[in-house]
Amino acid sequence: MSYELDGQEIATDEEGYITNLSEWTPELGAVIAKAEEVEMDEEHWAVVNFLRDYYEEYQIAPAVRVLIKSIKKSMGPEVGNNKYMYELFPYGPAKQACKIAGLPKPTGCV
Amino acid sequence: MATLHTVNKSPFATQTLLSCLGHAKAGDTVLMIEDGVYGAASNTGLADAMVGMGGAVTLAVLAPDLKARGIDEGRLLSGVKTVDYAGFVELAATHDRTQNWL
Amino acid sequence: MEDGVKKFLYVNRKAPYGTIYALESLEVVLIGAAFDQDVSLAFLDDGVFQLVKSQDTKDIGVKNFSPTFRALGDYEVTKLFVEKESLDERGLTADDLQEIMWEDEDEDYAEKPSIRIISRTEMADVMSDQDVILSF
Repeated sequence: MSYELDGQEIATDEEGYITNLSEWTPELGAVIAKAEEVEMDEEHWAVVNFLRDYYEEYQIAPAVRVLIKSIKKSMGPEVGNNKYMYELFPYGPAKQACKIAGLPKPTGCV
Repeated sequence: MATLHTVNKSPFATQTLLSCLGHAKAGDTVLMIEDGVYGAASNTGLADAMVGMGGAVTLAVLAPDLKARGIDEGRLLSGVKTVDYAGFVELAATHDRTQNWL
Repeated sequence: MEDGVKKFLYVNRKAPYGTIYALESLEVVLIGAAFDQDVSLAFLDDGVFQLVKSQDTKDIGVKNFSPTFRALGDYEVTKLFVEKESLDERGLTADDLQEIMWEDEDEDYAEKPSIRIISRTEMADVMSDQDVILSF
């Protein structure tokens, strides 16, 4: 499996996570989101950017409950709750948002 | 007829570095790599033994492995020289043989 | 103590990059954190090297996982016991370790240190106080 951006092929693992993290750009994020059938709005991008910042600082993608707790703290309980986060990313706020953010699958996700 | 000895185990976890130093001869070089680099730090419980056994042996340590482990070069025992990967190759080339103490 | 909650201690005795133990331990801690148990981490012998600050692995081509210890507070892992004798033997002091904090939600997210430096005798007490001990 792979994505295509500006005529360039971007390699992924069998689940669609990009293999070279440094290849990620917001444009590639949009391409992955399209493949995932997620229509990205401001809140989607806020979650994606949060994940990228978290990875940059701690070198891991956070577990889903850590993500939701942190989003609750930074963006408020209207966004930072299980139900809403699954509406944003139906295949899992950590799993799917990490894929769009160009990060590995969160530790502990199967 | 000098030997390059490499040690890749922490001297706090095994006796490998001390055994290597006990077998190294004058003119040899002992290069600490991977977890072996912990042996190059000063102020440890092993520092005296290191200095005492070093003697006519050249002590060297692989800089990328030091950096990875957060050991500042300023903390090294005096007389220990740092080498990069090219320096490692150079040592291998200038000694007659290499003995890896695993 | 709540029903079903057990005291888990992860014992770390290996240096960070020469073997895979240290990274494996950290991953098990992160995964295990989902089970809401009472988790502590012990660092003794060469395990204390895992917490040394300013690690930079880009020249050896392996991942630097030391920043991940700072995420443990998010996973409600807030007790990192470090043995003083092990530090001493290695020429290390508390200042050589990275700062690891956790936020106490019950006290308006006050930041508190996770690392507690204890003696070998106290470490023995910590160990004997556990339900489950996992060694790495």
